[in-house]
Amino acid sequence: MAGNTEPLPPRAKLAVTAGKAAAAVSRAAGRGSGSVIGGKVALKLDPDLLARLAQNLDVVLVSATNGKTTTTRLIAEALRAVGPVVSNALGANMPAGITAALAGSGDARYGVIEVDEKYLPAVARDTTPKAIALLNLSRDQLDRAGETRMLAERWREGLSGSKAVIVANADDPLVVWAASSSPNVVWVAAGQEWKDDAWSCPACGGVMQRPGDDWFCGECGFRRPTPSWALSGDHVLDPHGSAWPIHLQLPGRANKANATTSAAVAAAFGVPPQVALERMYSVTAVAGRYDVVSYQGREIRLLLAKNPAGWLETFSLIDPPPAPVILSVNARGADGTDTSWLWDVDYSRLAGRPICVIGDRKLDLAVRLEVAGVDFQVCENATEAVRQCPPGRIEAIANYTAFQDLRRIVGN
Amino acid sequence: MASMNESGLRLVWVYPDLLSTYGDQGNVLVVERRARQRGLAVHRIDVRSDQPIPTSGDIYLIGGGEDRPQRLAAERLRRDGGLTRAVDNGAIVFSVCAGYQILGHEFVNDLGQREPGLGLLDVTSTRGEGERCVGDVLADMDERLGLPQLTGFENHQGVTHLGPTARPLARVRLGRGNGTGDGTEGAWNDTVFGTYMHGPVLARNPQIADLLLKLALDVNALPPVDDRWYEALRAERIAAATQPA
Ligand SMILES: [Zn+2]
Repeated sequence: MAGNTEPLPPRAKLAVTAGKAAAAVSRAAGRGSGSVIGGKVALKLDPDLLARLAQNLDVVLVSATNGKTTTTRLIAEALRAVGPVVSNALGANMPAGITAALAGSGDARYGVIEVDEKYLPAVARDTTPKAIALLNLSRDQLDRAGETRMLAERWREGLSGSKAVIVANADDPLVVWAASSSPNVVWVAAGQEWKDDAWSCPACGGVMQRPGDDWFCGECGFRRPTPSWALSGDHVLDPHGSAWPIHLQLPGRANKANATTSAAVAAAFGVPPQVALERMYSVTAVAGRYDVVSYQGREIRLLLAKNPAGWLETFSLIDPPPAPVILSVNARGADGTDTSWLWDVDYSRLAGRPICVIGDRKLDLAVRLEVAGVDFQVCENATEAVRQCPPGRIEAIANYTAFQDLRRIVGN
Repeated sequence: MASMNESGLRLVWVYPDLLSTYGDQGNVLVVERRARQRGLAVHRIDVRSDQPIPTSGDIYLIGGGEDRPQRLAAERLRRDGGLTRAVDNGAIVFSVCAGYQILGHEFVNDLGQREPGLGLLDVTSTRGEGERCVGDVLADMDERLGLPQLTGFENHQGVTHLGPTARPLARVRLGRGNGTGDGTEGAWNDTVFGTYMHGPVLARNPQIADLLLKLALDVNALPPVDDRWYEALRAERIAAATQPA
């Protein structure tokens, strides 16, 4: 499925060069990696640039509310078994960032691209992907992203004519609704612990019945499709019924699910599950997530959780009590300015361990924990919080900008 | 009315499968917690939209939701009739955003049509033409309620007009509230309350949670509880609304 290597037309070349120059200027001015600003300049000069850059690549798109950065990384590692890969590994997942990443594609044969949920239909139209991985959809930053079901509806409309293989999670009714208008879907039983965004049938509004792992609408017959791939404990089950062990350095059930989806995507490119899964073992941390850093004589594991579904998956992977946790929540632009989602997270699951809360919105967290009936301490900052914890492992869970703050302080 | 009898306080959460989008569960958790802290037994009943609404509850809580779930909830609540019977029995109802609109005479649904509500509050809602109302809100509670300032977070497109038998729950100092431009926020009559405030609103205004408990128990006062963190959060949010960054 390799693309040809048609040279870029002159205007596209100019756009790439201008984009790179803008990125260099942005870097020199100390404004981050410069990849997004470079992409913006380049797209302005040549609006079709993304499409042109993608046409020489076999493109895989990855979108979801949670796990898209990690899964993009896992798929990229798996596909490196069969050729060079370009990827937006730093998580710049809107069109400008994607354009910037692809502009540095060199001799890559595969483009593995994380896409922000809102931009998936547009990027899928521009890049003519060979495969699209859809992991999950749940409430996230409702003050700016809007309704979760509407997002599923936009995916459904945008993907209905796609020639791509859609690799989609059969356990998430919203994902199934989004994918099931596509002609070519590979269903993966990847699980989804969070269920509170899909009690209402996306097709007809009927009440969803969810016995065990199954789900169906009692009114219109919309139901869980039969998966051909599945996560089963520590194994991936492939369509032939063979079980392949998952060995990851990344923790948690959600990452096993991400590995399962990644194996299914890799198989569409001829990479056997065994090879794909072996390659995924090399991934240790993704943009600082899951990293363990030494700080003040403690080992701090840095965990990112941005929304209720993410916090739920994170609670299931942390060390059991009495391992202490530090919780940090901000509500800056990139986090969403509404903190009401804290009330959709079951913090009573943290009972029995020391809890320190920090971040811009530590008082929202304090009231939340008070009402959950668990003991906690409010600290001024990360340094004070770490000092409150006994030596040993600390689990630090933070939302987006709080996570960046934490990384800066503990030196990762 | 509930008393401290063996069955305890019956707290009904209406349709969490449709109307629980912005942490609305928080309102249920706060009422439940503050009742238990006063030594009350609490029987919490979560009612999914394919189940009948019990008519013997003491306090009913209804949250916000997206446009289609709001229409479905209104259809099912009208068909069920239980909430209206509960109010006739003297139950207390506290509603937020989409739930608030459903308690009125009518609202505009996801299809752009006028959808009848339950008529438990003398209000009528339409869809606003302007920008969505999003952000921190600060308001003075209706003086008849004798409660401190209302702090909340709003996120809605709806505009709600009050009829003669509904009183505004509060008058906004900062933010939009009912979105009518007259400074009103929310509505209430003797036993039914509605607000556009998320946050969730009872976590930021525990005195309103206590008011619901007092009305349900028919008492004038409740034993005090430790409000330290609530008060700290209130002070921070009121300051943030007054001096935006
Ligand atoms: Zn249905």
